[in-house]
Amino acid sequence: MIEIRHLTKRFEGKNGTVVALQDINLTIRDGDIYGIIGMSGAGKSTLVRCINMLERPEEGSVTVGGKAMESLTPAQLRAERREITMIFQQFNLLMQRTCLKNICFPMELSGTPKAQAEQRAKELLELVGLPDKANAYPAQLSGGQKQRIAIARALATDPKVLLCDEATSALDPNTTHAILQLIQKINRELGITVVVITHQMSVVEEICNNVAILDGGKVVEEGPVAEIFSHPKSDAAKRLVFPSGAPHGGAIPGRRCVRVAFNGSATTDKPLVASLALECQAMVSILAADTRQVHGQTLGSMLLALPEDADGARRALAYIAEYPGISYEEVEA
Amino acid sequence: MSEFFAGKYWQTFLEVLPTIPMETWDTIYSTVLSTALALVIGLPLGVLLVAGEKGGVLPLPKWVMTLLNGFINLLRSIPFLILMIMVIPLSRLIVGTSIGTKAAIVPLVIASFPFVARLIETSLREVDGGVIEAAQSMGATPFQIITKVMIPESLPSLVSNITIAATTILGYGAMAGIIGGGGLGKVAINYGYYRFNWILEYFATALLVVLVQVMQSVGTRLAVRCDKRLR
Ligand SMILES: Nc1ncnc2c1ncn2[C@@H]1O[C@H](COP(=O)(O)OP(=O)(O)O)[C@@H](O)[C@H]1O
Ligand SMILES: [Mg+2]
Repeated sequence: MIEIRHLTKRFEGKNGTVVALQDINLTIRDGDIYGIIGMSGAGKSTLVRCINMLERPEEGSVTVGGKAMESLTPAQLRAERREITMIFQQFNLLMQRTCLKNICFPMELSGTPKAQAEQRAKELLELVGLPDKANAYPAQLSGGQKQRIAIARALATDPKVLLCDEATSALDPNTTHAILQLIQKINRELGITVVVITHQMSVVEEICNNVAILDGGKVVEEGPVAEIFSHPKSDAAKRLVFPSGAPHGGAIPGRRCVRVAFNGSATTDKPLVASLALECQAMVSILAADTRQVHGQTLGSMLLALPEDADGARRALAYIAEYPGISYEEVEA
Repeated sequence: MSEFFAGKYWQTFLEVLPTIPMETWDTIYSTVLSTALALVIGLPLGVLLVAGEKGGVLPLPKWVMTLLNGFINLLRSIPFLILMIMVIPLSRLIVGTSIGTKAAIVPLVIASFPFVARLIETSLREVDGGVIEAAQSMGATPFQIITKVMIPESLPSLVSNITIAATTILGYGAMAGIIGGGGLGKVAINYGYYRFNWILEYFATALLVVLVQVMQSVGTRLAVRCDKRLR
């Protein structure tokens, strides 16, 4: 378990003090895939770097597996860092070493015998799906392959926690998907707790169970992904869930309109708009929509214009009220 | 024509010619040895210049860094010709004489190690900070980061810069001929400059040029060869 309590981190700069993190409180359960999402400059990297004390917080504590990270001696900290490994946006592989030697690197640091290290490195190459790249140099690999090697390297010391700082941000969508699948597989098969730092909603949606939204150095929202994304409360959360702006305006004057919010029930098998037309003969028009699929659930909202005739509108509204997994409200133009 | 060959310059040239291989060897020997010794002192200093600064892998007190930088800049600002004369007593102390190839190694090393330290510093600074951070995140000690990350990762650049140092030291070594150092520089200065023997002057200089060319192309080739970033 990772417990972050009252964490505050400031940077003294030329233009005064930057408060990068302010009173952060988070609990990350063992075996979880925990997302930390926020815009650029929100403090995500600083937060994740405070977990392994690459960055020393001014106030607060970080406890990993019962150990208070900030009070460890340098030697204890180095030992602990073998348990909490990290992958990066820019991969940060040793360019003058082969892939095999890159994976051996952390084992070399801890004094594992060479033959044993190479044996383990080969197994890890197998695990990340690149058994034929042992003797290739990082410069000969694609971005996705480099990240696979970085993941293998991060697993070399049998860590309990894997920190991923924008690990897929330099990759194209297909490669991102493949890397996320690999991270998920590692989480499931090896039971490693994963902390995923990202600015991309899609990453959190795809693999995270829980998420914290970071904005201006503060956690503005925190909880299960489906819950947070179906009812974004804070402005920061709304901006992330509806990057192009929530379907607000657009209601037609003189026409009854409702905003329908999908709360994450499996509504996909029974489409609302089509059901309205077929089952209660109410022809509604979609004025705006921003919905998405998270873990097979529909999230987001739609702005619907009800039928022009009063009776049709009443029927449609009654139908919506009974519809499972949604909430609604009437909106004025 | 026979008069031309009978000229005293040619006569001297033919007399001196058999000693040329030995003098060439002296030049190579003093260049290689001085470069190696300058590296022995300059490499740790160059490492400290990078690792010791604020935010480095082994931060040192500010006054240590100021002293180190000041010391290196001081030595680098003394012109080689003057430094050579200033260290004559030191050469006597260390080598037992102030004349000859071996004695010249002392001023050569003193003049070149600060320069080497700066070159090493430049090379080490090229190492990506992210890679160092990755090593830190894996629990590397500062010493491990220096020996397993900073130096190996900047090896191609180090090789290029050491080549530059070696060619510069070769030039300095030739200058040492003025105060009694050995090698091709001595030949060019003693026979060419002092006795106007242009034949020997140009001949010795041409050999120095060839040596620099060979060293530079070997160095460049090595640097390219050891760089795994190139496909
Ligand atoms: N070493 C540093 N020195 C000064 N300011 C920093 C430093 N690192 C980060 N910051 C500042 O802290 C804030 C958060 O940065 P960061 O954690 O990198 O954000 P993110 O990863 O979410 O983009 C930014 O305002 C950034 O400028
Ligand atoms: Mg960042």
